[in-house]
Amino acid sequence: MNKWKIALLIALLPMLLLPACVTINIYFPAAAAEKAADKIIDDVWQLKQPKDKAPDAPDATTPAK
Amino acid sequence: MNAIKIKTMSQNRLNLNFLIAAFMFLAIGLFSPFAHAAADIEINTPAVSAIKNSMQARHTQLEPFYASGAVGLTRDGLVSVRDANAVALSQRQSVNGLVSAENADRNALYKEIANGNGHPEWEAEVRATFAQRWAQKAPAGWWVEGANGWVKK
Repeated sequence: MNKWKIALLIALLPMLLLPACVTINIYFPAAAAEKAADKIIDDVWQLKQPKDKAPDAPDATTPAK
Repeated sequence: MNAIKIKTMSQNRLNLNFLIAAFMFLAIGLFSPFAHAAADIEINTPAVSAIKNSMQARHTQLEPFYASGAVGLTRDGLVSVRDANAVALSQRQSVNGLVSAENADRNALYKEIANGNGHPEWEAEVRATFAQRWAQKAPAGWWVEGANGWVKK
């Protein structure tokens, strides 16, 4: 019984530590920011019109993928 | 002797149960708030969307000035009147108005992205990222400010 509990504890430890390491953004996520910037620029400058228009008219513009 | 042994055993078990319970609570407490704070940049906030729409609407008016070289993209992620002579006299005032409105939106955009991600101190980095991406994505013929001054793409 005790062994089982210790195992559970050991199993729980990484669950605690992993999200803490991965998700606290102290540093600026440069790659994600670049992606976000590209998305906004594409929208503002309308560089990818067919892709942007697709959600508006799903029936009319569904190119065979 | 036996009694002491039983006591320490039950105490050990109590401690272990307490530890497990504590870890469980910690796990629940830590998981929920951080699950959403993945290494990602959130741009789907109402403030960002509003600014984006405003910029998108203005872009059709600004585009001819980018193409003629009258307006260029600066190193700090803004736009500026680069060559006022490329603009007809009658249009100069409207260009200035467009440029200042665009810059107000751009400054607000960088600020809102930083704020929307819970890191107002990221504003400068957001701006630098955008400056680089605007310049990179600008079509041929537009003017972009580099480290050594204006360059025609």
